[in-house]
Amino acid sequence: MQMQVKDATILSERDESSAPKRAASKQTTRIIVVTSGKGGVGKTTTSASFATGLAQAGHKTVVIDFDVGLRNLDLIMGCERRVVYDLVNVIQGEANVQQALIRDKHCENLYVLPASQTRDKDALSEEGVEKVLDALREMKFDYIVCDSPAGIERGAVMALTFADEAIIVTNPEVSSVRDSDRILGILQAKSRRAVDGRDPVKEHLLVTRYTPKRVEAGEMMSFKDVQDLLKIPMLGVIPESEIVLQASNQGIPAIHMAGTNVSEAYGDMVARFLGEERPLRFTAAEKAGFLQRLFGAKK
Amino acid sequence: MISILKSIFGTRAPTSASVAKDRLQLIIMQERSGQSNTPDFLPDLQRELLDVIVKYVKVDPSAIKVEMDRSDTVDSLLINIALPDVSANAVAPEAATV
Repeated sequence: MQMQVKDATILSERDESSAPKRAASKQTTRIIVVTSGKGGVGKTTTSASFATGLAQAGHKTVVIDFDVGLRNLDLIMGCERRVVYDLVNVIQGEANVQQALIRDKHCENLYVLPASQTRDKDALSEEGVEKVLDALREMKFDYIVCDSPAGIERGAVMALTFADEAIIVTNPEVSSVRDSDRILGILQAKSRRAVDGRDPVKEHLLVTRYTPKRVEAGEMMSFKDVQDLLKIPMLGVIPESEIVLQASNQGIPAIHMAGTNVSEAYGDMVARFLGEERPLRFTAAEKAGFLQRLFGAKK
Repeated sequence: MISILKSIFGTRAPTSASVAKDRLQLIIMQERSGQSNTPDFLPDLQRELLDVIVKYVKVDPSAIKVEMDRSDTVDSLLINIALPDVSANAVAPEAATV
């Protein structure tokens, strides 16, 4: 009994001694926008899993829903019943950021800032968004993940304006690739970094809803085709999977669905984002034992 | 359909589809009833509470936190007010008199 207590104190001391080091080595908050132009490609699914992955790696992370009027991140994160205040409340001074942040149920270090369901996009002023992001910087968040709405209007532009990095979520499909190219243009024209002439926003390509079998049959563009077209560095490929629906049904980010392709692919993508080198997986059609794996993974 | 599934699976955990339906029923009902998911009275409630509290205690406006949790049967509203550190203020004058 005493031994256990002793161990616990030693552990906590170690934690404290390592914590300031980490804080010192990483002085700045990074803002990452998850965007695509087109709707339904997997932005919110990606935002939820990416933010969860960053938090699991020990980084203090907040994920913000910029889809004012059509909020959905709260449902995907499973915190819809705990929403009190939202982004617009904070912008309009009706609540402060701390009051509006919802602590994630599954993951320490992770917070959700929901969008307003009742207001419209005009409530998002550039000064207001900047004020919120500054307050989050002061709270020493390592990462701020901005879940962009579809389209190229105010909400989407506000989500990318202050970004340091951008994850372009693209399906291997004609309209999605064109819309991604369009949003890249907007990023390069309207982001603060572009306007101020600083280093440009770091762009990452994430190809989602990928079906290797159809790629091999020539029915779907390969991730290399998509990358050739968009000409930005590859961050990952997320396979099409039934698991995504099962996860959203329950309000659990897909990365939590342990042992599934989708969860592993999101894990790889987060690791690459954090600087680790990992080979792309789930990009070739599985031959022998395909059915076995498919059904094995489900249960 | 659900009843067939139920009879097959007996008392097993609900399917993810039925979890989804339950979650949506609750949230859509709230949103339709105009009693939106973000109760509009909360900012006012917080302001008025604060007005009353500052009459008696010096508190920082940001020290009041309103939290809400909803379940199928119960909605709970948790109001948390961090009072200022009284000991620091109270000890100092006493020390001066001694």
